[in-house]
Amino acid sequence: MDGNLITAMLFATVVAGTPLIITALGLLVNEKAGVLNLGSEGMMAIGAVVAFAVTHHSGSPWLGAGAGMLAGVAVSLLFGFLALTLQANQVASGLALAIFGVGLSAFIGKPYESIALKAVPPVRVPFISDIPVIGEALYNQQAMVYLSWALFWGVLWFMYRSRAGLVLRSVGESPASAHSIGFSVIGIRYLAVMFGGAMAGLGGAFVSVFYTPMWVEGLVAGRGWIALALVVFATWRPLRVMVGAYLFGGVMILQLFVQGSGLQIDFPAQFLSSLPYWATIIVLVVISRKLSSIRLNSPASLGKPYRPDA
Amino acid sequence: MLDRRNFVLSAGALVLASTLPLAAVAQDAAKIGFVYVSPIGDAGWTFQHDEARKELEASLGTKIETRYVENVTEGADAERVIREFAASGSKIVFATSFGYMNYVERVAKQFPNVTFMHATGYKSGKNFGNYNARFYEGRYLNGVIAGKMSKSNIIGYVAAFPIPEVLQGINALTLGARSVNPNIEVRVIWTNSWYDPGKEREAAMTLISQGADMLTQHTDSTAVVQAAEERGVHAFGYHSDMSKYGPKAHLTATTHHWGDFYIKTVSEVLAGTWKPENVWGGFKEDMIRLAPLNPAVPGDVKTMVEELSAKLKAGTFHPFTGPVVDQAGTERLAAGAVIDDATLGKMDYFVQGVASRLPSK
Repeated sequence: MDGNLITAMLFATVVAGTPLIITALGLLVNEKAGVLNLGSEGMMAIGAVVAFAVTHHSGSPWLGAGAGMLAGVAVSLLFGFLALTLQANQVASGLALAIFGVGLSAFIGKPYESIALKAVPPVRVPFISDIPVIGEALYNQQAMVYLSWALFWGVLWFMYRSRAGLVLRSVGESPASAHSIGFSVIGIRYLAVMFGGAMAGLGGAFVSVFYTPMWVEGLVAGRGWIALALVVFATWRPLRVMVGAYLFGGVMILQLFVQGSGLQIDFPAQFLSSLPYWATIIVLVVISRKLSSIRLNSPASLGKPYRPDA
Repeated sequence: MLDRRNFVLSAGALVLASTLPLAAVAQDAAKIGFVYVSPIGDAGWTFQHDEARKELEASLGTKIETRYVENVTEGADAERVIREFAASGSKIVFATSFGYMNYVERVAKQFPNVTFMHATGYKSGKNFGNYNARFYEGRYLNGVIAGKMSKSNIIGYVAAFPIPEVLQGINALTLGARSVNPNIEVRVIWTNSWYDPGKEREAAMTLISQGADMLTQHTDSTAVVQAAEERGVHAFGYHSDMSKYGPKAHLTATTHHWGDFYIKTVSEVLAGTWKPENVWGGFKEDMIRLAPLNPAVPGDVKTMVEELSAKLKAGTFHPFTGPVVDQAGTERLAAGAVIDDATLGKMDYFVQGVASRLPSK
């Protein structure tokens, strides 16, 4: 295998992992506040179609990405209203949002089907992009890829180094305690849900504008669900989310490369297609298998509605 | 939708309708149902079927009324949709995807007065026919162009499932390409889905980075042509003319034309002269055409393709003319022999020149 091929595979892996990282980090913050929003597939789909439409009309992918985020926030507020204000069951509301979002995106997207956008050119980071093999793969990427890395550091810092992050986590662990010392549990949860929605919208925008510059019904193709699973299997740890996302992307790209290389292998193609799911689940379960660590990191009040006593 | 009470009612209505004098029924437009596997969109497998549906409406006018359901997965949903069409008084149901076959068969037995037509399958019955097109004829011509124009001698093929219809296409393209350039190698990536644009695009990108400079696909989106345009390589469309998705990349396409066949079938059913048969049309029947060639195709190649299409139309040339040798080196067809339809319909091997291994069953 020559260097160019490794570069091409690494490059494709990073791109394939990026929408998962963006969406999963949003969900992580969301869930750390104790709110389980299963609607990520729907939020991604809405984000994707709105971003596509805005990019198509304005010609600016960044305006599109922003619009995708806003659209994600808007649908997440719908969920917030049901699950936080009306205290409806979070699982049911989230599932409803997922189905609703996918359907609505198909409806909004009808006139945009089969229109192609111009591909967004990559941004080359000077000097480090000249490193052989990895330079071209990691530092000649879409700006959104760098943004996903910044997001990772941001989330890490926010969750474990900032006071606001501490408050957010306390709301997810013991909303009653947080409430008793004067924090607005519902308000904080609303913010967390909105952040989750914004990131899912951005993840969707990445798929429709930067990754596959086209819109077709079903474009998100289950990435929202994978992001949800990643968060759980990574036991709510940002670094593991990132590892899991790249692992998933990497195995998916690897199996395509193996198929395309003409190597004589005797596996059913169906098995190869399911490999990314297998590999990601197995690896994440293995690295997160310590029960004490799962208990430590999973938000104690995840999915439980909180009704503040007056 | 259809609950049990509705079902009993409509089944009852159907029995009643079939006992009414024919003249009374004939005044109503005959309902015709179409089941589509993907959204209609602007190009692709389903788009071509829907174009044909519109031709059918334009041709038979008020005598018929067509209905369709798009994006029906090849599972239990398909049976529900087919049954609902049959139960709600459709005269004919066209099920336009391979995976609907067993559901069509089951429903057809329960509704003997409804005619069922299934695309690309191999089963049939008293009121259940199947139809297909010789897509491989167009693929062979694509292969000739690719073989002449490829510089890397690698052709990338993004395919959905290893069923005979898809294998015919891959093999015909390989035979066509190697008839003009024996160094050609065809690499196949399976997506395991008829419609997953993200994956199709990723597969196309993978093939390009592994040296393919000619791409084609046997899936239902335009993602491969778009990827080729973006990376500056060539591609062949499939189902529809996809040139608007890759003005530079798109060399030509194998296009499907079901309109005449639909008009003929429906007219026969309405006249009561229809008999179940296995229809398999190609260039000769005008069910398969080649989209206009890109100006990038050199003149001599163009002449060659035109000569071959004329022969296909006249029925004097068959892409699967021996010798056909499979990957293992076994001769599948002796020199000079022409493959028969039964053997063709069961194709389960790759010919020499395909680099990828066929996924084991």
